[in-house]
Amino acid sequence: MEKMLEIRWHGRGGQGAKTAALLLGEAAMQAGKYVQAFPEYGPERMGAPVQSFDRISGEPITLHCSVTNPEVVVVLDPSLMEVVDVTAGLAEDGVLLINTPKSPAEMRKQLSWQGDKFYTVDASAIALETIKRNVPNTCMMGALLRVTQLMDFENLLEDTRHKLEKKFKNRPEIVEGNMIAIRRAYEEVKLQ
Amino acid sequence: MKIIAKTGNEAMAEAMRQINPDVCAAYPITPATEVMQIFAGFVNDGLVKTELMMVESEHSAMSACMGATAAGARTMTSTSSQGLAFMYEMLYIAAGYRLPIVIAEVNRALSGPINIHCDHGDTMGARDTGWIQLFSENAQEAYDNLIQAIRIAEHPDVQLPAWTSTDGFIISHGMENMEVYPDEAVQKFIKEFQPSFTLLNNQQPLTVGAADLQDFYFEHRRAAAEGMRHAKRVIQEIGREFGQTFGRSYGLFDTLELDDAEVALVAMGSTAGTARMAVKNLRQRGVKAGLLKLRVFRPFPAEELAQALKHVPNVAVMDRSDGFNAQSAPLATELKTAFFDAGLKPKVIDYIYGLGGRDIHFTELEQIMEKTLQAPEPGDLDSRVVYWGVRE
Repeated sequence: MEKMLEIRWHGRGGQGAKTAALLLGEAAMQAGKYVQAFPEYGPERMGAPVQSFDRISGEPITLHCSVTNPEVVVVLDPSLMEVVDVTAGLAEDGVLLINTPKSPAEMRKQLSWQGDKFYTVDASAIALETIKRNVPNTCMMGALLRVTQLMDFENLLEDTRHKLEKKFKNRPEIVEGNMIAIRRAYEEVKLQ
Repeated sequence: MKIIAKTGNEAMAEAMRQINPDVCAAYPITPATEVMQIFAGFVNDGLVKTELMMVESEHSAMSACMGATAAGARTMTSTSSQGLAFMYEMLYIAAGYRLPIVIAEVNRALSGPINIHCDHGDTMGARDTGWIQLFSENAQEAYDNLIQAIRIAEHPDVQLPAWTSTDGFIISHGMENMEVYPDEAVQKFIKEFQPSFTLLNNQQPLTVGAADLQDFYFEHRRAAAEGMRHAKRVIQEIGREFGQTFGRSYGLFDTLELDDAEVALVAMGSTAGTARMAVKNLRQRGVKAGLLKLRVFRPFPAEELAQALKHVPNVAVMDRSDGFNAQSAPLATELKTAFFDAGLKPKVIDYIYGLGGRDIHFTELEQIMEKTLQAPEPGDLDSRVVYWGVRE
């Protein structure tokens, strides 16, 4: 049986952590996987720390409890590192991906987590250049695919394009901006 | 058949689009708001012919649903928690007048203190209102149950209102794979509504809502009780027909690894899904654990439950609400009555858990089953009723 993959997204309200989990989940479903995508609902305020989750598996998923031991953690906002224990429950062989201009080596100084699969990408800078707003969620999906090889990258792009075209019917520049952002993050993620 | 990814709320709104009821009267409440929000979009886009009534409260929503159903319309609504509580006096009337209204209910804790997350306190508070009550494990079941509820409620031998409930946020806002059926197939399955009476039939004038005192009230309530008894058979017939039509059969409950179980977990809603993993893990460790997922809480399938559990010496009952009766919570109380009437006396421990949305992890369900297996025969209230996962 294929092992179920659990992903935890950390963001701040408004950065699109929930949307990222849903977009990734839908793309994985389109690729033939069983998925769950759900946010943690707390007091929702712009800027407050929020989490969302994906479960992705080759088998039907019946679990409906929270994700406590994710294989992958994605951090959309590096300032969260000071207020949230982002590596809680993350095994040493797990994957940690952070949106920051710093390298993984620099970021290590802030963390007790010792895993090897530690990656960073300057998703905010990419988002500002391509989407003109600091909404790094789609960039982080691109980077996530690079470091997990979860599914075919072109399939993710295609599926995300469809979803965004529905959401931004009259604003094709946002769709195109996101497509460039995902691809750039995929290419620019720092592996060391 | 089409596989898609939907949240529980989206799944229920999709079922409502396919059911295409004549009338919907609703008032929004978290976490059920999306059901009517999405459905209102379908109305606006002309995808359904439903008369959508946006009223000023749930009290009015249920009143409008009752009027519409009495006039012969297939009628649905959606609500949760305080909204269902605000419908309370009308819930009894809908059942007493034999109006087959269907609610897409989302389980949420009742105030106070205020809480928007899942427990079953809202529907348990209305458990004796005369409504048929189906629990859903996931988005698929929320969708399937809502379609079947139409047929069950409208069945001539039943003629009672029904709700299907879905765990708030856990299912209502969680996206997962599910299968939707073609519109025509759903329409064919639910058939056309054939009301047994309608206020608009001037060939057969009648009064709905007249005073019914010492002379006939008792007979009318007795007749409604008979409808609920028939519902047990009808729910199973329709569940089988649903399986023949769409490939997914439903009964009163569903079991996993129960045949040789030494300990059984009895649960409703999304926790039953989590328990599947717990049972699997325990079996791998050599513990003879089993699961009984109760789908139908009203009518309560007492004889069938006793029969299914008669060989199991240890039973852990998962109650996601508290009856505040200083005895045990609703599910355990009713299950123990069922055991008593069947002459059975297993060890039963009632676990009150998850109130206000507190998470229940599969490892906790494993612990619960192991503890139940090892526990001595409960002697006092504290050993019979365990508040699981609470800080005391």
